[in-house]
Amino acid sequence: MHLAYPAVLSALLFCTGLYGVLARRNAILVLMSVELMLNAVNLNLVAFDVWLSKAARDTLHSGQALTLFTIAIAAAEIGIGLAIVLAVYRNRGTSDIDKLRDSAEGHESDGPDSNALAAEETGKAEAAA
Amino acid sequence: MTLIAATATAAHATAAQATAAHTAATTAAGGTHGFLSPTGVEIAFLLVGLATFGAALVTVSTRQLVHAALWLVVALGGLAIEYLLLTAEFIAWVQVLIYVGSVVVLLLFGLMLTRAPIGRSPDADSGNRWAALTVAVAAAAALVWVVVDAFRTTWIDLGGPAAGSTAVTGASLFQNWVLPFEALSVLLLAALVGAIVLSRKAKAEMSSPPVNSRAATGSSPSVPDSRNHPIEGNSPAEQEGAR
Repeated sequence: MHLAYPAVLSALLFCTGLYGVLARRNAILVLMSVELMLNAVNLNLVAFDVWLSKAARDTLHSGQALTLFTIAIAAAEIGIGLAIVLAVYRNRGTSDIDKLRDSAEGHESDGPDSNALAAEETGKAEAAA
Repeated sequence: MTLIAATATAAHATAAQATAAHTAATTAAGGTHGFLSPTGVEIAFLLVGLATFGAALVTVSTRQLVHAALWLVVALGGLAIEYLLLTAEFIAWVQVLIYVGSVVVLLLFGLMLTRAPIGRSPDADSGNRWAALTVAVAAAAALVWVVVDAFRTTWIDLGGPAAGSTAVTGASLFQNWVLPFEALSVLLLAALVGAIVLSRKAKAEMSSPPVNSRAATGSSPSVPDSRNHPIEGNSPAEQEGAR
């Protein structure tokens, strides 16, 4: 198989996920787009691992091992991300990312506000990662 | 006529030489590769890839939130078939188990718990979607151009024993990757405890503000056994902080 097929498909899927992360407004849809980007990376890892293991340059199967690690980390990420989104939804009543920025002003400045702010920042950092 | 034949022979020789330089294992089949003469596996990969890419496009562009999660199932299942076509069987089944089996179910639960609207929601896309489209198309063009230009003369040899069977993957995982594997289990434990702590803190603070009735009924059975979690919850958090 020509190596360009999986590589091109992986690039296209990654850019689809990139569009979703940038354009979506619901936090759960952003998490779905992050999953698409992670899967694009996984496809790249698997394709290059199959190529390099047959070309006898790599006997560690590092690509497939790293794919398994990426899948596990993505599962952990989706669990934590959904917990954060649900906590934000309980405190704010919305999971709209564009509306979450007004919690930075801190009108009431009580416990749930600061917690929601911290959760929002964590979610943004995780989505960026 | 002879000039054309000589040119073709020279081009064939360079292609075969480049192929042999790249993939030493495919010396016998190196002369039969064509850049635009796909084999059956490549045609299958292309068709499944088109379906996967289309499902991914629908996932990021539909306005019905539940439909986005369901099209994500199609995209992830298509990727599992691509792994099978690349002879990575174990990864394919792990993909089906974890992504299609659990991640999409978690996403659907998240959509339900945040009371996502059934039907069209006109505010699914934010205002900067044209800027996002520009960035994505530019990135796609650059990546595809670079990748095609870099791997023009590279072929994967799919013959012989499977590169990703369960025996091979398990042997390499537990011979060479044991320490990252154990670290990964600690990470999963930390993520589990973290998810419990995050949702439990929200429940403890929900006693004073107006209570979401559906969340309160869902959370009531887990209140008694969540008393003993902070003691366990501290040590993985400290480990993660130390790392």
